[in-house]
Amino acid sequence: MIPAPQALIVPVMTPLAQLLAAAPGWLADALPFAFVAGLVYVLMQASWFRATVVEMGSTLELAAATAMRLHHLPRRSRWLMEQLFAAGVRNMHVVLLVGLFMGMIVSLQTGIELSRFGQQDQIGTIVAASMTREMGPFITSVVLAATTGSALAAELGTMSVSDELSALEVMSVDRTSFLVVPRVAALMIIAPVLTILCDTIGIVGGGFVASSQLGVPLAQYTESALDALQEKGALIPVPMDVYSGLFKSVIFGGLIAIISCASGLVARGGALGVGRATSRAVRDSIIAVIVANYFLTWFLYR
Amino acid sequence: MTTGDTTTDAPGARDVIVRFEDVHKAFGSQHVLRGLSFDVQRGKVLGIMGGSGTGKSVALRHVIGLLQPDSGRVEVEGRNVPDLSADDLGELRKRMGYVFQEGALINWLTVEENLALPLVENTDLGRGEIADRVAEKLAMVHIPDAGKKLPSEISGGMKKRVGLARALIVEPDILLYDEPNAGLDPEISRSINDLMREIAESHASTALVVEHRVDCIRTVCDEVVFLHEGEAIVHEPTEEFLRPSHPRLIEFLGPDALS
Repeated sequence: MIPAPQALIVPVMTPLAQLLAAAPGWLADALPFAFVAGLVYVLMQASWFRATVVEMGSTLELAAATAMRLHHLPRRSRWLMEQLFAAGVRNMHVVLLVGLFMGMIVSLQTGIELSRFGQQDQIGTIVAASMTREMGPFITSVVLAATTGSALAAELGTMSVSDELSALEVMSVDRTSFLVVPRVAALMIIAPVLTILCDTIGIVGGGFVASSQLGVPLAQYTESALDALQEKGALIPVPMDVYSGLFKSVIFGGLIAIISCASGLVARGGALGVGRATSRAVRDSIIAVIVANYFLTWFLYR
Repeated sequence: MTTGDTTTDAPGARDVIVRFEDVHKAFGSQHVLRGLSFDVQRGKVLGIMGGSGTGKSVALRHVIGLLQPDSGRVEVEGRNVPDLSADDLGELRKRMGYVFQEGALINWLTVEENLALPLVENTDLGRGEIADRVAEKLAMVHIPDAGKKLPSEISGGMKKRVGLARALIVEPDILLYDEPNAGLDPEISRSINDLMREIAESHASTALVVEHRVDCIRTVCDEVVFLHEGEAIVHEPTEEFLRPSHPRLIEFLGPDALS
């Protein structure tokens, strides 16, 4: 005869409950940490997890090394300008196109719902706030990860597999200073610039949809959009949505550049290795941007 | 003479500039170097010969600290390279030149910029001095007009010459060549060999040449080490090396190569 579940559980759980009741008070608080530590220990037995941890470690190491060499930037001004051109001018049309359609989509989606309640005069507020807070920085970052990030990883990966990085090493040329610093600085500079363009064209696109398809006068849309952007933040006394979005984009730009450079620098194994480094750079950059976005939003709007 | 003769106690040991002592190196399960030992005398050009996968390039990379041995010692001027601090290794590297198999030129810099790079990064030389030194080295490798070109715009042979000029730009005491003739036709190969010999004679610098072509060894090298399965099984002056007695070397060189 199979015993009832309760008959099995009670003899086990009762002494456990008694043990916990007799344990010191801090033990209950420590249990979640112990669980996480145990989980990490178990995961560390898996090679893919160890490789991921090592990869994250080398990326953090590169970030620290880059930060310590930022004062080399004046010496790298030529490469900085080239990277600004490559990341900014060559991607501008993509950011503008995607930003325009994102603004139009937000306007259309929210406008249709708002018009059911007769609130379509709020479309400008919603489009302006969503573009400046989230859409602008995020879309710009995704475009930068897919275009410049992949290009950085492919470029440095090719240098790695063709012995160019070894050549720099034997010539005692600091590769972080020579290769990484100008690229990271360029993306941190260009990301907010592209974000402003993305925000602007998104709001313009939203206005176009609002006026042409939802019957909202352009003047009313513009007024509500500008009103939304005037709201001062608690943290800094400037239009909060705009500046928080730009602050985010600076961080996103740095993340994309560091992750892409780190991915390229460790590429091994010919063309296949470069391909893997490139796809890893894009994947990790987008994940990092999304995770960082949550924490930055929490920090800026708490 | 076999490698057993080239130990610390060998005649002329005080002139040893590079020494491998029982060096082992493995990549995963692949044990590439298995107790490699040989010396390089100051001012001599030593060829490192052997079949594919015997660890020639791996050995060369140990000399300049691009690889670390799993065990054993790799000494340059009496100092064990893996034990050097980052600063000391950097200083040592500034006195060495490395010619990579494919040139390894920075592909977005012009030939001139490639040559100038180590001087711009590591010295206080002015622009004029650097430009003069670049022009001098380009003339030395017989491509004086290639300075403004990008690596993608020049041939494989020219890339080798630029790589050689870049290695020479720091006036090195030790030159390391990794298969300088790989991928070149016989005519260009001969000109590269002549150039290497010319540089060895004019600069009297020590050199290690990883190569598997007999014509290069004959033209350029004073001595040759033959690697087999990660060990140096023959170390002889070039003339004796090309009259082989070791069965593996006879098999490797073949009758045609020796004629």
